[in-house]
Amino acid sequence: MSVFIDKNTKVLVQGITGSTALFHTKQMLDYGTKIVGGVTPKKGGTEVEGVPVFNTVEEAVNQTGANASVIYVPAPFAADAIIEAVDAELDLVICITEHIPVMDMVKVKRYMEGKKTRLVGPNCPGVITPEECKIGIMPGYIHKKGHIGVVSRSGTLTYEAVHQLSENGFGQSTAVGIGGDPVNGTDFIDTLQAFNEDPETEAVMMIGEIGGTAEEEAAEWVKANMTKPVVGFIGGATAPPGKRMGHAGAIISGGKGTADEKIKTMNNCGIEVAETPSVMGETLINVLKNKGLYEKCKTH
Amino acid sequence: MNIHEYQGKEILRKYGVAVPNGKVAYSVDEAVEAAEELGTDVSVVKAQIHAGGRGKAGGVKVAKNIDEVRTYADEILGKTLVTHQTGPEGKEVKRLLIEEGCDIKKEYYIGLVLDRATSKVTMMASEEGGTEIEEVAAKTPEKIFKEVIDPVTGLLPYQARRLAFNINIPNEYLSKAVKFMIGLYQVFIEKDCSIAEINPLVTTGDGDVLALDAKLNFDDNALFRQKDVVDFRDLDEEDEKEIEASKFDLSYVALDGNIGCMVNGAGLAMSTMDIIKHYDGEPANFLDVGGGATAEKVTAAFKIILSDENVKGIFVNIFGGIMKCDVIAEGVVQATKEVGLEIPLVVRLEGTNVDDGKEILANSGLDITPAESMADGAEKIVSLVK
Repeated sequence: MSVFIDKNTKVLVQGITGSTALFHTKQMLDYGTKIVGGVTPKKGGTEVEGVPVFNTVEEAVNQTGANASVIYVPAPFAADAIIEAVDAELDLVICITEHIPVMDMVKVKRYMEGKKTRLVGPNCPGVITPEECKIGIMPGYIHKKGHIGVVSRSGTLTYEAVHQLSENGFGQSTAVGIGGDPVNGTDFIDTLQAFNEDPETEAVMMIGEIGGTAEEEAAEWVKANMTKPVVGFIGGATAPPGKRMGHAGAIISGGKGTADEKIKTMNNCGIEVAETPSVMGETLINVLKNKGLYEKCKTH
Repeated sequence: MNIHEYQGKEILRKYGVAVPNGKVAYSVDEAVEAAEELGTDVSVVKAQIHAGGRGKAGGVKVAKNIDEVRTYADEILGKTLVTHQTGPEGKEVKRLLIEEGCDIKKEYYIGLVLDRATSKVTMMASEEGGTEIEEVAAKTPEKIFKEVIDPVTGLLPYQARRLAFNINIPNEYLSKAVKFMIGLYQVFIEKDCSIAEINPLVTTGDGDVLALDAKLNFDDNALFRQKDVVDFRDLDEEDEKEIEASKFDLSYVALDGNIGCMVNGAGLAMSTMDIIKHYDGEPANFLDVGGGATAEKVTAAFKIILSDENVKGIFVNIFGGIMKCDVIAEGVVQATKEVGLEIPLVVRLEGTNVDDGKEILANSGLDITPAESMADGAEKIVSLVK
């Protein structure tokens, strides 16, 4: 088991003929992901990397039976691509694209209310269930199959955490990048809930950053509902207020969204927070030891 | 992106949001001319800089006649204003807004922001106009009223009325206040604002509801479809290195330390700053080279880092996913050769094509200190700059 994706997930690549999408389609195929089709308007009927290309998502779904898609289309067209995937009733849409205007995402989010599709991202590295299915841009080889769920607002910080876990012999059930934008699809709570219900997952690493209050809300949810240990990290403790730290969502405004505030709330809710990014893995492993989960989670 | 108050008011005017008459002036003579054209008894001379708190810093003066306009314009133009938002170095005033004075009855606050919890735009209003909204929120949160706006319907008239009633705008101003709020929401949506703040909004003796100040910030990601907003960009108000970085699509924020950082991914870039600080070093910048970096971009990033005289060493921390380590390594080598690097350089590479990347660095013949982890790298660069 795992969350959101597994070896049976059939994936479409939206914007498959772009150079980034092509590179990562190849990487995903090499990893063993079932890429069943691609979508690029006007390129329907062609083939790339042995994958058939369609003009529309609807057509691709009808022809291939895909139940998920990954979006690499440029920012100005990304909102449209997400909605096209939602209308084609895919179970899961993962949007890698960064720099999507916030107002576009406000509309997308509203449009998705009551629809069956789960959106992950945008501005995210994707989702990976190690040794089964990789959807996104993460380097596959750092991930090992196991029992730690990882959820993060930051791509490269996720790689950092996963790398530390794998190096120490702790594989992951699924790693979910929820993205660094202020308006996104799946949030911390959605993912924590899925990990809580997933029998393979024994503990969760939750990586947040400055800006907004998603970490605080997630911490309260953990306190009230989570039966598995959660360890955290917050990036941006030294970031100055009022400056956008790369991610559209990473900004301390009006004194809100500081790392200190987040760490305090997380600690109060029973989440141990790693002091530096280089001890994320170590912190989790110590918690596993204390909870008697060390042996169960040690995979290699 | 930020714009000046007078530019914000130009946009508001186009959308039928009431603002006082006014003109921009770049010189004392232009200021006097503008005041004469306005022809009002009282006019206001307002410094135009991208920072709040201008009034307290002496950047806003009420002139009772043309002579006073001349005096104040002369006094404020060229002056460096230090406010709570400018930093200690302050900002030099190069433009003035000359505006007609008005008979203020009462001041209010109206603001629009994205509410991240609901993923919807929210209008906030308060009777405590003229005060920083953060201050009101901290001291008297019950005085701030909010309306969450559905993007399908936009701000509805009843919501605007409810806000107006809640902040006790008298009935005789109600319809104008509602028109104002709906117009402001329209500006926010159509111009892709990230913040639209009117503080104060005033009711006047003439029965008007006016924006006395206007702070509009825009979503950088939407500038591709807001050409007229981009035309308002004032490069004098921005950090030179940040301007240069934006040309290469690099995300750069200048800081006060001496360790230059080049990282991929915003989260890792922030955490790299954090870990340098953890080892008692001081980061000189936040720099995210982004997902699709090329050798040229890396070279540009190096040049920007080095243009900061405080930089005594550079830490490159790359965990390649979308970014390939060999591309970064080539960029680092090319940049080092091109700029003739004379300060310590620590490079930590991990991720896609990492072995190729490490090989390129090792075979470059350059004095590059490799690091095995980000902690290792941070420790090394901190000790090298000491």
